[in-house]
Amino acid sequence: MNWVGMWTLFYKELMRFLKVTIQTLLTPVITSLLYLVVFSHVLEGHVEVYPNVSYTAFLMPGLIMMTILQNAYANSSSSLIQSKMTGNLVFLLLAPISNIEFFIAFVTAAIVRGLMVGFGLYIASLFVVDLPTYSWLWIVLFALLGSAILGAMGVIAGIWADTYEKISAFQNFIIVPSTFLSGVFYSINSLSEFWQIVSKFNPFFYLIDGFRYGFFGISDVLPFKSLLVATIFLGLLSSGCLWLLSIGYKIRQ
Amino acid sequence: MSTAIAISGVSKRFAEIQALDNISFDICQGEFFGLLGANGAGKSTLINIIAGLVRATTGSVKVLSYDVVKQYRQARQRLGVVPQELVYDPFFNVREVLQLQAGYFACGKANYRWIDELLELLDLTEKAKENLYALSGGMKRRVLIAQALVHKPDIVVLDEPTAGVDVELRKSLWQMTNQLHQQGMTIVLTTHYLEEAEALCDRIAILSHGKLKILDAKHQLLDRYPYRWLCLYFHQKFVVPDALQAKVVTQTEQQLTLKLHKQQDSIGEILEYFHQQGLILQDLQMKEPSLQDVFLELTQEAS
Repeated sequence: MNWVGMWTLFYKELMRFLKVTIQTLLTPVITSLLYLVVFSHVLEGHVEVYPNVSYTAFLMPGLIMMTILQNAYANSSSSLIQSKMTGNLVFLLLAPISNIEFFIAFVTAAIVRGLMVGFGLYIASLFVVDLPTYSWLWIVLFALLGSAILGAMGVIAGIWADTYEKISAFQNFIIVPSTFLSGVFYSINSLSEFWQIVSKFNPFFYLIDGFRYGFFGISDVLPFKSLLVATIFLGLLSSGCLWLLSIGYKIRQ
Repeated sequence: MSTAIAISGVSKRFAEIQALDNISFDICQGEFFGLLGANGAGKSTLINIIAGLVRATTGSVKVLSYDVVKQYRQARQRLGVVPQELVYDPFFNVREVLQLQAGYFACGKANYRWIDELLELLDLTEKAKENLYALSGGMKRRVLIAQALVHKPDIVVLDEPTAGVDVELRKSLWQMTNQLHQQGMTIVLTTHYLEEAEALCDRIAILSHGKLKILDAKHQLLDRYPYRWLCLYFHQKFVVPDALQAKVVTQTEQQLTLKLHKQQDSIGEILEYFHQQGLILQDLQMKEPSLQDVFLELTQEAS
C-alpha cells in the first residue's frame, strides 16, 4: 500500500473543500435550516408521525441525513469532474496510487464533509428543536454508511460524467429524488401499500430510517435490516466503482 | 548502455483509428531522446502509454525493466511526465501543488528541501505562495516541470514542453533540460520545433501515421539526407545551362540556389562552368540539410 500517497490524496480532497467552507459547509446547513423552518411552520401541530414526537423533531434527523448524503455525493463528484474538466486529474493518474487507494481517499474525504455538515446542522438544530437521542451508535453508524455510499456514488458519477451537465443530471435525476422520496418528510407507513413497496426498493430509505432510529428508538423497518441493506448497497457500489477504475473507464483510455 | 524504456510491439486502436502500429524500440539510460512526428502521428499516444495514461491494445512497455501495467508502482515512481497542456489545480498555490505531488509518490516532509531547490532552479521561489491561476503561461509551464521532477525520477518525458512559450523561456527550458541530462537523467522529448530536437537530442525517432518511420542517431539521420544547397551570387546576369535546370530551387537576376546531390553532383564542375562563361562570383554559400529537411522528406514520403 502507498499509505503516504493515499493520505496525501485524502488530505488534498479535505483541503479542497475546507478552502471554500462557505460554499461547502455553511450553505448546506443554512439551506437545510430553511427547509426546517418552512416545513415545521406549515406542518407542526397538524401532523404527528411518531407518538409523542413533534413533527419538527421527526423532520430533523431526516434533514440531517439528507444533507449528509447530498454533500458526501457533491464532494467526490465535483472534485472528480473538476479534475477531469481542467485536466489536472493527470497528476493523480501519473502517480503510483492504486485503485483502492484512490477510492478510499475520495470516499473518506466525502465522509468527512458529510459528517461535518451533518454535525453542523445537528448543533444548529438544537437551538430550534428539542431533539432526543436514543443511541449515538446507530446515529454514527448510519451517518458513516450513508456518507460512504454517497461518496462512492459521487466517485462513480465523477468517473462516468465528462461534462458538468451530466454530473448535474446525475444529481437532479437520481440523488435528489431518491433522498426526497426516502421518508425525510414522512413515514412510509403513511403511504399506500404500493408506494410503501416502492419505497422499500429505495436504499436511501433504509439510511434515513436507520438514522432516525438512533434519535427516537422507533423506525419503519428493523434497524438491523436497514443496516444490512445499507452495507450490501455500499459493498455493491464499491465493487462497481473499483471495477470502473480497474478498466480505466473514461479515465485511462 | 542499459535500457531506460523498452517498447515492444505496441499497437493502439481507437475505434476506427489505428493510432500506433507495432512500435518497437528501446531508449537507453542517460540518453536525450527525441520523438518527432506530424500532428496525429502517434507521439502523444505513445508517451501516454509509457506514462500509463493510455493502455496499449497490444504490446508492452517497460520503464527501467518494470512493466507499466503490471508493475505500475515501480514504473511510475521512476518516471516524471510533463504534460502538453497547461493543466493545474486552481485550489492550491505553487508550493502546495508540489508538496501534494510529492506526497502522491510517497515522498514525505524529507522531500521539502528538494522542493525548495526545485523552486530555486526554476525561478519560482517568489511565486511559491501564489495560486496557479494567477501565474503566466510560462510560469505555469515551469510548475509543470517541477511537478514532474518532484519525486526525483530517473526518466523525464517532456511532451512538447516549449509549445506556445516565448523565445526567452524556450531557451531557459533548453538550458534546464540540458542541465538535467548532464546530471545523468534520461530525457524523452516530443516537439514540433525541429531545431529544438536537433540542438538537444542524441537519437531521434520519427513517427508517421502510427508507424516508426526511422530511428537513428541525430548525425546519422542528417547524413542520410542526400542533398545540400548551393547558393551563388553573381555580379552580372547569367544563364543556367540545361543540365542544371532540374536542380534550380530559386533564381533571380543575380542569384541562384541549386539543390545538389551530395555524391552525384560536383560543386567544382558547376563553379568551373560559370567561370568559363566569364561570370564573376560575388558570394557563395553552402547549406547542409537540417532535421527539418529530413523530417519533411520522410513524412512526405509516408503520406
